[in-house]
Amino acid sequence: MFAFDFMRNAFLASTFIAITCGTVGVYVVARNFSFLAHTLSEIGFAGAAFAVWLGIGPLWGMLLFTLLGSISVGELSLHSDQKESSISAISALFTGLGVLFLAISGANSNYATNILFGSIVGVDKQGVIQLVVLSVIVLLMIFSIQRSLNFDSFDHIGAVAHGVKTGLVSVIFLIALAMSVSIGAQIVGSLLVFILLTLPPATANYIGKTIGSMIAWSVFFALIGVWLGLYLGFITNLPVTFFIAVIEVVIYLVTYFTHLIKRSL
Amino acid sequence: MSDILEVKNLSMRFDKKTVFSDLNFNLKKGSTTALLGPNGTGKTTLISILMKMLAPTTGSFKFADGVRLGYVPQFRNIDAEYPLSIEAFVGLNAPTFKKREVKEAIKNQLQETNLYEIRHTRMGEASGGQKQRAYLAQALLDHPNVIILDEATASLDPMAKDELMKLIRHLNEKHNITVLFVTHDVALAQKYMQNYLYLINGHIEQGEMAQFKEAYE
Repeated sequence: MFAFDFMRNAFLASTFIAITCGTVGVYVVARNFSFLAHTLSEIGFAGAAFAVWLGIGPLWGMLLFTLLGSISVGELSLHSDQKESSISAISALFTGLGVLFLAISGANSNYATNILFGSIVGVDKQGVIQLVVLSVIVLLMIFSIQRSLNFDSFDHIGAVAHGVKTGLVSVIFLIALAMSVSIGAQIVGSLLVFILLTLPPATANYIGKTIGSMIAWSVFFALIGVWLGLYLGFITNLPVTFFIAVIEVVIYLVTYFTHLIKRSL
Repeated sequence: MSDILEVKNLSMRFDKKTVFSDLNFNLKKGSTTALLGPNGTGKTTLISILMKMLAPTTGSFKFADGVRLGYVPQFRNIDAEYPLSIEAFVGLNAPTFKKREVKEAIKNQLQETNLYEIRHTRMGEASGGQKQRAYLAQALLDHPNVIILDEATASLDPMAKDELMKLIRHLNEKHNITVLFVTHDVALAQKYMQNYLYLINGHIEQGEMAQFKEAYE
C-alpha cells in the first residue's frame, strides 16, 4: 500500500489532520460548539465552491469563508437569544451560495462530490505540505493559549471570576476552529468534517477525566478512524469517508452504551 | 482590627432603575460577614462591582494593600455529563503543565476541603456539597486572604450546608481568611457569621449578626 505515492501522501496528511481535529474537537465539545462546527463546514463548502468559481485552490476559499464565518457566527451565538435559528439561517444561506458558485463556475459534478465528501487520495505533495503546515499552526495557536482556553472551555464562569480574558480566548479559538474545519474538509469533505471534530472528542468525554487524557483519547480515536478508513478504502475501493464515518460512529456508540451500562450497575 | 475593604458612596443604576445608592460600609480584617437581603436586591450586583466585573455608576471602594481576593460565583455550568475529575477541575486554576509545587498545592487544597479521597470522581457525578467544596478549593489555589461566596449553600441539603459552613469557619479561624458570605438564609448566617450587611430597598445596614433579629424582624 505504501508503495504508492498517493497513499503515502494521504496517510501523512490525514495523520496531521486527525491530530489537529482530535485536539480542537475536545474544546468544540466542551464549549458546546458542535452545531457551530457543523455550520462552519457548510460555510466551508460555499467557500470551496467560491474558490472553484474564481479558479483558485478550494482550500483557500474554504479558509477565507470559514474564518469570516466563525467570527461572525461565533459572535452571533454568544450574543443572540435566537442562537440556533440564526445559525440555521446562516447555514441555509451559505449552502445555497455554494450551490450557486458551483453552478456558475461550470464545474462538473465530480468536483462537487470531492468538495462535499473529501478527496484525500487525490492530495499531492504540495497539498500535503500545506495541510501539515496549517495543522501545525492550529496546534501552536491552541498551545499558546492552553491555560486560559482550558479554564474558559471547562469552567467559563470560574474563568470569568478569575479574570481570564475570555473574549480574546474565544476569538483565537474560533480562528483555530475555522482552520481545522478547512483542513479537515480536505480529507472527509465539508459535509462530514464535523465527524472528526465532534465524535472522537465526544467519545473521549466518556473515558478521560483530565483534559490531557481526553485529548489523547480523542486524537487516538481520530487516528484509528482515518488510518483504518484509508486502509479499508484502499483494499475495497469504496469511499474513505464512508469508512471513517462508520468507524467513528461505531466507536462512539460502543463507548456510549458501555458508559450507560456501567452507570446503571 | 484594620479595615480590609472600605466602600464609599457606592451607587449603581441600570438605565433608569436604581439598584442601590450611597452604600457605605467596611470589612474588618479576619471578620466573617453575611451579606443578607431578599432576592433581587442587588447582592450579586454589589459583588460583581467588588470583583471589578462591573463598574459602579458613582462612588468608590478600596481593598487594603496586599489583599488577594478569592471568589466563588453562584452558578456554574456543571451538568451530569461533565467529564473532568474533581482534581482536574480544581487544577483548571493552575498551569496546564504542573510543577511539583503546583501539584502539592492542589493536593493541600483537596485535603483542606475534604475532597482528596474522592479526587478522581467526575464533577458531573459529585454531590452538590462536593461540587461547592471543589469550587471553593479552586478559588483557594490563589491563596486568597479575602474570600467572597455567592449563595454557596442555596441548593444544598442541611447536612451539606453545615459541612460547607464549618469548612468556611475553619478557613477563617485557621488561615485568618476574611469571609464575605452572600445568602438569604438568616438562620444559617446567625449560626456561622459574626457580622451582617443587610441590603434592602437600595440601602445597606451593618451590624453584628447576634443583633440582626432584633433590628429587622
